[in-house]
Amino acid sequence: MSDVLPFLKSIISVAGLSGHETPVANLIEQKWTPLVDELTRSKLGSIHGLKKGSATDKSPRPSVLIATHMDAIGLMVSRIVDGFIYVTNIGSVDARVLPGTPVIVHASGNGEELYGVIAMPPANLLPDGQSEGTIALKYLMVDTGLTPNEVSKRVRIGDRVAFNTEPVEMSGGCVSGHTLDNRASVAALTLCLEELQAKPHVWDVWALASVQEEVSFGGAFTSTFQLKPTIAVAVDMTFGKGTGSSGYQTFPIGKGITLGIGPSIHPFLYKRFKEVAERIEIPVANDLMPEYSSTDADAMQLTAEGVPTMVLGIPQRYMHTPVELVAVKDIQRAGRLLAEFIVSLETDFIEKVVWE
Amino acid sequence: MLSFGNSQIKLLEKLCNAMSVSGDEGEVRRIVLEEVKPYADEVKVDALGSVLVRKKSSGKKPLRVLLDAHMDEVGFMIVHADDEEGFFQFETVGGLDVRHLVGKQVLVGRDHIVGVIGAKPIHLTTAEELHHTLEMEALRIDLGPQGKANVGDRATFATKFRRVGPSFMSKSIDDRIGVAILIELLKNAPKNIELCLSFSVQEEIGLRGAKVAGHYFKPDLAIAVDSTPARDLPDFDGHENHTYNTKLGLGPAIYMANSSTIDDPRLVKFMEETAVKNKIPYQFRQPGGGGTNAGVIQQSRAGVPVVSVSVPHRYTHSPISVSRVADWKNTLNLLHLALKNMTHDLIIR
Repeated sequence: MSDVLPFLKSIISVAGLSGHETPVANLIEQKWTPLVDELTRSKLGSIHGLKKGSATDKSPRPSVLIATHMDAIGLMVSRIVDGFIYVTNIGSVDARVLPGTPVIVHASGNGEELYGVIAMPPANLLPDGQSEGTIALKYLMVDTGLTPNEVSKRVRIGDRVAFNTEPVEMSGGCVSGHTLDNRASVAALTLCLEELQAKPHVWDVWALASVQEEVSFGGAFTSTFQLKPTIAVAVDMTFGKGTGSSGYQTFPIGKGITLGIGPSIHPFLYKRFKEVAERIEIPVANDLMPEYSSTDADAMQLTAEGVPTMVLGIPQRYMHTPVELVAVKDIQRAGRLLAEFIVSLETDFIEKVVWE
Repeated sequence: MLSFGNSQIKLLEKLCNAMSVSGDEGEVRRIVLEEVKPYADEVKVDALGSVLVRKKSSGKKPLRVLLDAHMDEVGFMIVHADDEEGFFQFETVGGLDVRHLVGKQVLVGRDHIVGVIGAKPIHLTTAEELHHTLEMEALRIDLGPQGKANVGDRATFATKFRRVGPSFMSKSIDDRIGVAILIELLKNAPKNIELCLSFSVQEEIGLRGAKVAGHYFKPDLAIAVDSTPARDLPDFDGHENHTYNTKLGLGPAIYMANSSTIDDPRLVKFMEETAVKNKIPYQFRQPGGGGTNAGVIQQSRAGVPVVSVSVPHRYTHSPISVSRVADWKNTLNLLHLALKNMTHDLIIR
């Protein structure tokens, strides 16, 4: 299996907030182009990579769609006062992780990337009662170190502000940084495509890097409609055990990946994944999702006349913070399991996907 | 005016990126010793770990002036290893706001091992919980599974020094900027005075290093060179901000009074006159609150006339502070010109 770390570090180091995914999409397209037979972009900007299967006895050929969203949560400029930049959130952001956080302001005025820090205003500048406890997002501001005049020339309302934590390798074969949710899954899908270069498969494979998962599942809805897959699998982050996080929703990192169980998951797909994982000895745990999976699967399942869906999870500590943390080994496991699942799909597999 | 350029900025970058939590200032001490040795007449590391430097005068019975800057920074100490999963309990050293800690990268121990201070994902957090600050007992430094650290290891924010436009951003500008200024003044030491420098330890936990350094030198007068908060941000409701303490870009901040020290009026006046005469921008720090090493040096032995001069910075004791290069340069020049023109007359009663 190739070393996925350089690619992963590169895709978490470029811009790609929800709705503005082009910079990261370009890197993914570059990486996937030699690995697939056809590559296109959807009307909303998602990447569709098609790796054709070998089945000839069925038309159209059955297809499996693997969805990994490439968009990131972040912030957007809402107003500028005396060179200080106020922001609102794109996707769900906990204001408590923001004070003192390094960011990049993607300044549309001249296309520059401005370094900045999120400032927590001193108590005397906040309305009464707002300076204790959590400082709400509307009171926080970004300081670029530039003069008010320089800021107004460069930055406009609506410009994106992204986390700027440098990716770092850590103990236990882990990597930490921002936006590992869900670029770590993009890396896993990339490993899967690499594995499939040497492995025959009868089904078509649609590799999907979807847009706007963090705000609307817009990419998953529209690409699933367009590509009409026979079945669909979402690969996303699940919660790692760690500071403040324990209980049935959380999983140790580096000890294996998870298979979703719940209304968003077709039990037969779960069963096949479980069988393949056992056969190739990849440790998997059950990720219980009583109502929603909160992944692209929730959208894919409800597209057109409905699609059987599955959710694969990679445990991650500190989701949606600037210091997300995953184990590279789990990314490799997800890539390998996806590939072996795809290889396992026989021409008439879909006829076996039946309800009891 | 002193020459100022890339080499000064490189030195400050090196100083800021070093880890020097109060009580464990070895990294900055090593840089300071290396920088001062070629220029000093006397260099000594005292009982607490402060670096004390003397540069003699060419004159007879010269005025003995002590300049102090502290080498230490606020940070953390590892106090307990939770388990094999790499989670470590830690305490703050010095005045840190817990709200600046969550979601940050840190460096742990002599080898600067990278760790992170994480938080429960927002998805698992209740609306009620989001209103409450995460408290120290709930936070851990995470070094990754099997990550190793020793109880007693110090840690600091992992942010790196960076130049941006007219400014620079870094951890520990408080008070590496003072350390850098003292080194530069030694390299350009005026001959009319006996220049004593204390690169002191443990300022952030109660002005400890400077207390004994002041005793050692028996100075005629002393200047604490530090960095002071600029709270020059906009008021949320659009009212004019009258309580800014200092503002970036207005030059060196001369103190008149803080929470425990009244600066010597003669020295305050002299600093102002020097600035005016040489057309160096300056500002008075709004009196009240805070403190510098001047407070303890003033009370050493039979008493020492003191004044504090600071370079303003925003976001005190946080992962990233912001300062202006021009303020640094103007502070350096103001101090240099002040030293050059000081005589015994200044402090005669």
